[in-house]
Amino acid sequence: MTQSTAVRWGVVAGASVVLLTLPWWLGNAYYINVTSQILIFAILALALNVLVGYAGLVSLGHAGLFAIAGYTAALLLQAGYGHVAAALAAIAVTIVASAVFGVLALRATGIGFLMITLAIGQIIWGVAYRWQSLTNGDNGVNVSTRPQPFGLSLSKADAFYLATLVVFALAIGTMAVFVRSPFGASVRGTRDQERRMNALGYNVWLIRFFVILISGFWTGIAGLLFVYYNQFISPQVAALTTSAEALLMVISGGTATLLGPIVGAAIVVIMKNIVSAYIVRWNMVLGIIFVLIITFMPEGLVPGAVRLSRWGWRGVRTGRKEVLAEAVGERK
Amino acid sequence: MSLWITLAVNSIALGGLLFLLSAGFSLIFGLMRIPNLMHGSFFMLGAFLGVTLLDRRVDMNFWLAALLSGMITAVIAGLIERFLLRRLEGQVLPQVLLTLGFAFIIADVCLMIWTGDPWQPPTPPHLRGAVQVAGLYFPLYRLVIVAVAVVVAIALWIMVDWTRLGAMIRAGVDDAPMARVIGIKVSRLFTLVFALGGALAAFAGVMGAPYLSVYPGLDFEMLPLALMVVILGGSGSLLGALVGSFVIGFLYNFGQAMFPDLAYVILFLPMLLVLVLRPQGLFGRPL
Repeated sequence: MTQSTAVRWGVVAGASVVLLTLPWWLGNAYYINVTSQILIFAILALALNVLVGYAGLVSLGHAGLFAIAGYTAALLLQAGYGHVAAALAAIAVTIVASAVFGVLALRATGIGFLMITLAIGQIIWGVAYRWQSLTNGDNGVNVSTRPQPFGLSLSKADAFYLATLVVFALAIGTMAVFVRSPFGASVRGTRDQERRMNALGYNVWLIRFFVILISGFWTGIAGLLFVYYNQFISPQVAALTTSAEALLMVISGGTATLLGPIVGAAIVVIMKNIVSAYIVRWNMVLGIIFVLIITFMPEGLVPGAVRLSRWGWRGVRTGRKEVLAEAVGERK
Repeated sequence: MSLWITLAVNSIALGGLLFLLSAGFSLIFGLMRIPNLMHGSFFMLGAFLGVTLLDRRVDMNFWLAALLSGMITAVIAGLIERFLLRRLEGQVLPQVLLTLGFAFIIADVCLMIWTGDPWQPPTPPHLRGAVQVAGLYFPLYRLVIVAVAVVVAIALWIMVDWTRLGAMIRAGVDDAPMARVIGIKVSRLFTLVFALGGALAAFAGVMGAPYLSVYPGLDFEMLPLALMVVILGGSGSLLGALVGSFVIGFLYNFGQAMFPDLAYVILFLPMLLVLVLRPQGLFGRPL
């Protein structure tokens, strides 16, 4: 066990070094920007994973929250407010929106939850698209400058990448703490054994509500980074496609794992950039991947790969029977 | 004054269309517990098929075109249910992803075949013009939509509540293993219900095409409307779908006429009220 912990920390350290020095490896601003996008969507996918993976509540409305943060910041900046005020207001508005979202959607669980979040997400899209006097409709809102935290300019690709990386590190750190905390355990409890948790005296509704707030907070952060990255936001961001892509990232990577959504985000963003360079049919590719994953790898890439590698690794040394026995033992 | 009446007629017509769309959605969702996110896509696909069938080169009879389009979509829906969805019975997340995946695929196929331009097939000649009732003129076609919706509503109600087939479907929903034991082919019934839902959506698409026009993105515009109808009316309830459709039809038209910027927010309000006060919907069982 200690050996595997050491290996894990080694991998984390190695990954950090690679990520920190990435701009110098890649060199080209285009690739650095793609990496920034991956990190931003990884934050979104991690936020959604808190809800989908750990709380078992599938949301198809997260694009709405993502867009609310972006629009709030963009509109306030356009109205002449400073970056600090705009960013704080964006986060505050997103948290309030998440609270409303939670109160409504938590009237149901399972399919009902999903349907309500989908409806809310589409309404937010509708508002962004149709409320021309506020959101400028399909033309979107421009953001002229990026913020300058501590006087550092983020206008260049590598500077923005490093700033995104810092936020990403914070996100993954808090997620790791969250997963291991007693609160994280109680969240998983509400997912697996709702009635028993109730009987044990936990307030299931309140736990789920807090999870939605946490998820909404990080979704808002991702939305904020996204609007700084693009310096532009349009109703397209709030569309169902964005929610579906985020869900695809979580599920293709593997729900209820920390690494899964990050891998999923990387795959989806890279594929989207590559595919759209060659063909225009990204939506069709997205749809086909959904169908293929569901049919052939329902557990996601990361758990699937972990299972395969563990079996392969030990299988060579001890043979299959013992591995099976061990796997069964672990599950107890 | 006449503005309000025009609006009211439009609202009722949209309500009729929404009922045709959401009756199938409500049955699939309420009876089979499948969140069918490609229901809007069935509507759009049906409408596009209608565009082709009603084109001058084919020039099919309007009702024949609507039925044929419904049948083609029913076959597609049935195949998807039989070979893919059935393997995912009871697993919500995979079902959502699969139907969403097909929604994207259908949207892109439609974009490829029918391009991104909006199409508006002509209103069939024998349904053009207006009817004069009590000194006011009503466009005939809108009234026909409502009439068709009412006929379909009655037919569905008779089928589900009064026929042997309906009894078998209800038995399959209530207790599938027990229904299987007494010899009801539950899986086949579910395929049938799914195909019927797809057919109704596509039929609604053709009916709506001369009135709404058909364009890419129509699928994800109709899907939330169907969702809201079902949240309002309650899942699996035909009466709920009927009432919900007309409520949404009125709110949509009056909202757009009176507060064009906030039309979507106004749609949101009744859903909010129902969710807070009566989460299972007006006529439904708990979600």
